[in-house]
Amino acid sequence: MGKCFEFDEKVIAVGLEVRDREDALRQMSQMLYKAGYVRDTYSEAIIRRERSFPTGLPTGENGVAIPHTDICHVIAPMIAVGIFKTPVEFQNMGDIEEAIHVKIIFMLAMNHCDNQVKLLSELMQIIQDQSLLNQLCITQSVTDISRLLKDKIHF
Amino acid sequence: MKTFRVLTICGTGIATSTVAAEKCKQYLTKRGLKVEVVECKAVEASGKIPVYSPHVVVATTPVNDSALHGTKKFSGLPFLTGMGMDKLADEIAAYLQSLE
Repeated sequence: MGKCFEFDEKVIAVGLEVRDREDALRQMSQMLYKAGYVRDTYSEAIIRRERSFPTGLPTGENGVAIPHTDICHVIAPMIAVGIFKTPVEFQNMGDIEEAIHVKIIFMLAMNHCDNQVKLLSELMQIIQDQSLLNQLCITQSVTDISRLLKDKIHF
Repeated sequence: MKTFRVLTICGTGIATSTVAAEKCKQYLTKRGLKVEVVECKAVEASGKIPVYSPHVVVATTPVNDSALHGTKKFSGLPFLTGMGMDKLADEIAAYLQSLE
């Protein structure tokens, strides 16, 4: 299987300031769109999807959200990473009544590449690693975030 | 040994159900069960369940009870967050074994 994925600093943002959840989704989508990973339809699709199927995960102190949408809006596989300046409220994926205070967002642009299953389970390993999540939250540099994540995802 | 059918359900059918499916297979096999895992989207669940007739549903997103047609459902979130993963696998395994 060929290498299908590598983090791209163009779609990593630290100290992200947003008004609310949908503003966060829009800003993140825009990054992916500008870098050529997704189509112009992606942003609206991801916002709509989040309304019906929320993606906040109860990962402890550092809440995580993993918004994603149908593959038809994606050009090339990528995971955009955003660290919020202040936590943003998302709904819990498993229980929409529960709010998750999200500090880290991993926005998935997936299009069924060969390594997708492996990539996603490695991402889940990251999400389960509390000390790594802490490191991501205090890091101020895009380059450091990219390096921290690259060390964890082996392709 | 009986092969159990597991259906994992998520919002899009491309991301979290894929991970839940993989973990389900891994953790249930480790517990000595033979399982076959299929993934689907929440909107397809109602149509898929009568056809595939799973022994158990593992969902990472809320699914309407009416869509389940009486199938036992577990929340698959622990497979994503890692919190309570073994406990969940134990519960699913115990439930499946009770069907034998």
